[in-house]
Amino acid sequence: MSGDNGTTQRIGARRDPERLVISTRGLTKRYGAHTAVDGVDLHVAEGARYGFLGPNGSGKTTMVRMLLGLVYATRGEITVLGRPVPSRVAEVLPEIGAMVEGPAAYPHLSGRTNLALLDAAGPRRDRDGRRRRDRVEEVLERVGLGAIDRRPVRAYSLGMRQRLGLAGALLNRPRLLVLDEPTNGLDPHGIREVRDLLLELNAAGTTVFLSSHLLAEIEALCTTVGVVDRGRLVLEDDLDAVRGPTGRLVVRTPDPDAAARVLGGAVAERHDHTLVVEAAPGGPPALARHLVEHGVPLDGLVEQRRSLEDVVVSLTGPGSDTSRAARRNGARP
Amino acid sequence: MIGVELVKLVRRPRTWVAVGLLCLLPTVVAVFLATTRISPPPGQGAAFLSAVLQSGSLYPAAALALVLPLFLPIAVAVVAGDAVAGESSQGTLRYLLVRPVRRTSLLVAKLVAVVVFVVGSVVAVAGSSYVVGVSLFGAGDPVAVVRALPEVTGSSDDAVAGTGPAAPAGGRGQVGSSDAASGGQAGATRPGAGTGDGTVVADDQAARERAQASVSSLSGEALSPADLAARLLGAMGYVTVSMLGVAAIALFLSTVTASSLGATLGALAALVTSQVLVSLDAAAAVTPYLPTRYWLAWVDFFRDPIFLRDITAGLWLQAGYVVVLMLAAWANFATKDVTS
Repeated sequence: MSGDNGTTQRIGARRDPERLVISTRGLTKRYGAHTAVDGVDLHVAEGARYGFLGPNGSGKTTMVRMLLGLVYATRGEITVLGRPVPSRVAEVLPEIGAMVEGPAAYPHLSGRTNLALLDAAGPRRDRDGRRRRDRVEEVLERVGLGAIDRRPVRAYSLGMRQRLGLAGALLNRPRLLVLDEPTNGLDPHGIREVRDLLLELNAAGTTVFLSSHLLAEIEALCTTVGVVDRGRLVLEDDLDAVRGPTGRLVVRTPDPDAAARVLGGAVAERHDHTLVVEAAPGGPPALARHLVEHGVPLDGLVEQRRSLEDVVVSLTGPGSDTSRAARRNGARP
Repeated sequence: MIGVELVKLVRRPRTWVAVGLLCLLPTVVAVFLATTRISPPPGQGAAFLSAVLQSGSLYPAAALALVLPLFLPIAVAVVAGDAVAGESSQGTLRYLLVRPVRRTSLLVAKLVAVVVFVVGSVVAVAGSSYVVGVSLFGAGDPVAVVRALPEVTGSSDDAVAGTGPAAPAGGRGQVGSSDAASGGQAGATRPGAGTGDGTVVADDQAARERAQASVSSLSGEALSPADLAARLLGAMGYVTVSMLGVAAIALFLSTVTASSLGATLGALAALVTSQVLVSLDAAAAVTPYLPTRYWLAWVDFFRDPIFLRDITAGLWLQAGYVVVLMLAAWANFATKDVTS
């Protein structure tokens, strides 16, 4: 196991509690003997693009459901947009747009009718039918479904359903978007469109909370990352801080042997024409000067930075449900 | 939210298929009756069928009798069982709840939609069968069937039950009022006379003779159209209320399981169990509390004068089921983890 509650790594500064859109304390959910979410302290700052990353079966969706008042926590506190959840979730939800575990719609109705029904089911404000129609058209336009016909949702591709789900999440003009795997089933073009849309919304002030098992998606979109593993939050930090320098330098040279001779014990790793070197005082400029003075030709010299992938792999276990089950079986006497 | 649920109900093809099938069965029966002119002898076949050849305007009552035992409960159980479980398995439940729709309002809206479906189905069956009946059999004089129903005027329960032709009055008088009540029920299940099912086998022959004698001896004044309409409306209302009990069972189960089919079949299983126990003398202790116990009391609207005892008991019973089950559904649904 990855340790106790205190092991969540947080390199950056504590976030100002006044500016938190989502915060949880000791959030725990048990289903019988199985603990799906275990003592999670989550902090999502206003205006952030927060990536909630974890392998399948790590408790992401349960967490998202608890934030939205769909699932009740066994223990712990949740505050969303300044109000306690689930006790006052009804006041919070009108300001949230959500997509949980894939889109869903009535298959025999058109996408437009589905949205109109979902819209009409909402809070009592804006009962005016005309504004409502406009709103439905507007969100359809935003997700690139402005031209959809009257085909029933049954006939939609997964990508179209995904866009429809996103459109539904935008109906409220939300302050906070909670999206679970929003680019599932989209082609690369669609993924780019959704990403641009989220960036645009975020620039206009919407906080985006995005859960995904896809590292690349989070790396491409998010400013902050929370990594969850087997129900525990093992890392929560700004993405830039996570991908910080490792304290080593990467040297590329056509003459690695000469470089290795010159650098001696400072070489940590060596692959073909690349050497990883412990940083000496003075950083890259000093090292470059040192090598050149000793006649070692250089192709390149950069700081080594951690990739999000390295960090996640080092912090999380070998991953999802199957391997966990296998491990558990193996551990049995 | 209620409006949204009604739109969903109306725009769902299944709703119309169900209503169409409900109307189809009485129509098929009417066509056979009209082409052959062979009516079941009084006391056999569904209630009222023997009389409709004389008066098509009674056909709505016959149609209700045809759909009540099986078709109508199935349709109601399908719609009510799907109400929450269907949204849940479809995934739309979570999107409604985060829209947000409060769980209580969702449940109330679902209940209202189911009630509308029940009312609509009963009205559709009665309306279509009235048209079919009058056009195939003529408007006729609807008096006969009313006269053919067993007289049920009496002061005490025993006396009341005893007057029903199907009641095993003489043989089992000592068993007491609950048995007498079930005797009355048997009389109601076979208006126009009680051909026996399990409960009244011994008296079957005698009952039929008595019933036929009563039919042939009857003559009476014609019911005025207004009177007939009022009685029909009463019967339709009573059938609706009876079906609300079914709806409450299915709706409750629908909040328990994520499978519409499970909820529907569960409700139907409860009804079958109830039907079996109602006809089982050994279960007499619980019979008055079974949901199907007073289902057929709507026939009493066609007695002269209208016989209210079983109707009242049935209304109270269904109200009890609806209140208890809806509270249970609410308690379950409001505190439930929505994980679908």
